[in-house]
Amino acid sequence: MSAGAVPPRFVVPDEPLERPARRVGPALRYLLAVLALAVVWNAVFYATGLWRTLWWLWLFGNFVLIVLSAERVGRVVPPRGRKLYERSLAFGFPVLAILAWQFIVDVGILSPLWFPQPIRIAQALWELIVSYDRFSGTSLIGRPWLIPQAIGENGWTGAWALIAEGHVWATLGRVFAGFVLGAIPGILLGIVMGINQTVRLMLDTTLSAIYVLPKIAIFPIVMLMFADPFGEGPKITVVALSVFFLMTINTMAGVRDIDPVFIMAGRNYGARGLQLFRHVIIPAAMPVIFAGLRLALGTALIVIISVEFLRAKQGVGFMTFYYWEVLNPEKMYAGLFVVMALGVVLTLALQWLQRRVMPWDRG
Amino acid sequence: MNASPTPPPARAAQPKIVSRNVTKIYSTVRGPVIAIDDFSLDVAEREFVCIVGPSGCGKSTYLRILAGLDSLTSGQIRIRPGADPGKPLNSVVFQEYAVFPWKTVIENVAFGLQMRGVAERERLEIAQRWLERVGLAKFAGYYPSQISGGMKQRVSIVRALANDPEVLLMDEPLGALDAQTRIVLQDELLRIWEETHKTVVYITHSLDEAILLGDRVIVMSAHPGRLLETFEVDIPRPRNVDTMNTPRFAELRGEIWSLLGREVTRAMEMQG
Repeated sequence: MSAGAVPPRFVVPDEPLERPARRVGPALRYLLAVLALAVVWNAVFYATGLWRTLWWLWLFGNFVLIVLSAERVGRVVPPRGRKLYERSLAFGFPVLAILAWQFIVDVGILSPLWFPQPIRIAQALWELIVSYDRFSGTSLIGRPWLIPQAIGENGWTGAWALIAEGHVWATLGRVFAGFVLGAIPGILLGIVMGINQTVRLMLDTTLSAIYVLPKIAIFPIVMLMFADPFGEGPKITVVALSVFFLMTINTMAGVRDIDPVFIMAGRNYGARGLQLFRHVIIPAAMPVIFAGLRLALGTALIVIISVEFLRAKQGVGFMTFYYWEVLNPEKMYAGLFVVMALGVVLTLALQWLQRRVMPWDRG
Repeated sequence: MNASPTPPPARAAQPKIVSRNVTKIYSTVRGPVIAIDDFSLDVAEREFVCIVGPSGCGKSTYLRILAGLDSLTSGQIRIRPGADPGKPLNSVVFQEYAVFPWKTVIENVAFGLQMRGVAERERLEIAQRWLERVGLAKFAGYYPSQISGGMKQRVSIVRALANDPEVLLMDEPLGALDAQTRIVLQDELLRIWEETHKTVVYITHSLDEAILLGDRVIVMSAHPGRLLETFEVDIPRPRNVDTMNTPRFAELRGEIWSLLGREVTRAMEMQG
């Protein structure tokens, strides 16, 4: 190839290409336009008084305007500020939603009887935490600040009595006991069904049928199986049952999905029987098992709260339903908030456990 | 096509691997399917044998049977044990790496030793030495998800070597790699083989790779898998990637391809 004979087909500029600067100008203009639109939108609703009747449309419009501006901001956020930007979206929106709720009830659009303001729910929650219900002998978290004094007077029994009066601990105890009692046998049976075709064929249909059965529907029967139908046994059992079936089905799917090349490699390098389980099958199924545990956690909470609605003298579900019956909506909402908080905390705990058990699975 | 399954007399003396009339028939709903038909192959100690053939010629199945991971319908397979009865007869390097994602690089390499009950300290020492030989020492504590495909396959190869098997079985080990990484690893395989002189059965669909690495190239036919022809690769060792540029290499490639190319075309037509 002789380069000199053929004229170059592309003209290469002498100067190096200019690096495009991050241009904030267009973004700023866009944001100003959105802001103007927001002013117009809100002014129209305010002037006509429509914001009282069409409040949902008014709020939705503002929501769209926020999304539009956040989108545009997101495109010019430098990589360093990315985290902050994402955080402010993730936490800023719930805060805005709560403020909107507060406002709508404050101005009387929604009734505070059914939708008490967030600030009053927070007050009710605080009240629940610090107060003791003499009638049922319970408190929300067992008044931990009294523990030093109780130990001084009655030793550990005194401290235990305080913990035992807490709704949160009662619910957590049931969830935890039911979760462990259901998940471990469920995982074991799931592994067996994943490996052994005979067991799988025999049990699969039956398990699928029982799995979809709402466990709350068999609660009365479970109660009859126990000497003390109103004690902890039946409650823990229903949680365990719902976790068990879910974990069995999930684990089975996880084991069946293991890439056969891993099993072949394990066997070829001398893993037999239990070794094959420990080093190949269980770790390979671990991601699916944890996905199952996450689902099971949600199910366990749903079941225990429903059971406590039905029949309990203690527990977050009981408390929530109790304050609904006595028409104290602030405290009922506070109870719902506690359920959500439990869900978040337990999910975080499970994620922590997952990182410990599966250190290889990072991002 | 007169296949000559009988190996030359020099090799027949003490073959490391003896496979006689190996036949594998799968029974399916639509009737029996012959995957391998009357396949005989002897491999001498310290010999590097490459098997090539069109997709679906049963070469991978043969390797799995050899590894004891699949059963044969009829015929005989034997790997002669060495002086040390504790040594494993074979270790496989799989095409899809099959490096365990839940074990670190060094744990993967030490896996075979661990399963054989070698003490932790000793097996980690052995694994570390092997990692050093392929330049992976500083990745010992990494998980496979943190390293590249080429590195994973290196791990997979030294996992087999650290296990110190009587024979090494490699099932298209470089098949999933990009062309450049492939060349680098071919060079590395040649270097390691010069140092260890293991008995190797190597499955590949790359004719160049087979000629570059092997002492012998076996060409198989598809549907059913039969031994078509054996070619001796008389290019002297040590070889390296430049060996591919020698006239003898080109000559051999042309000679084998005239047979293999026909076979590949036939296999494609049968599938179409």
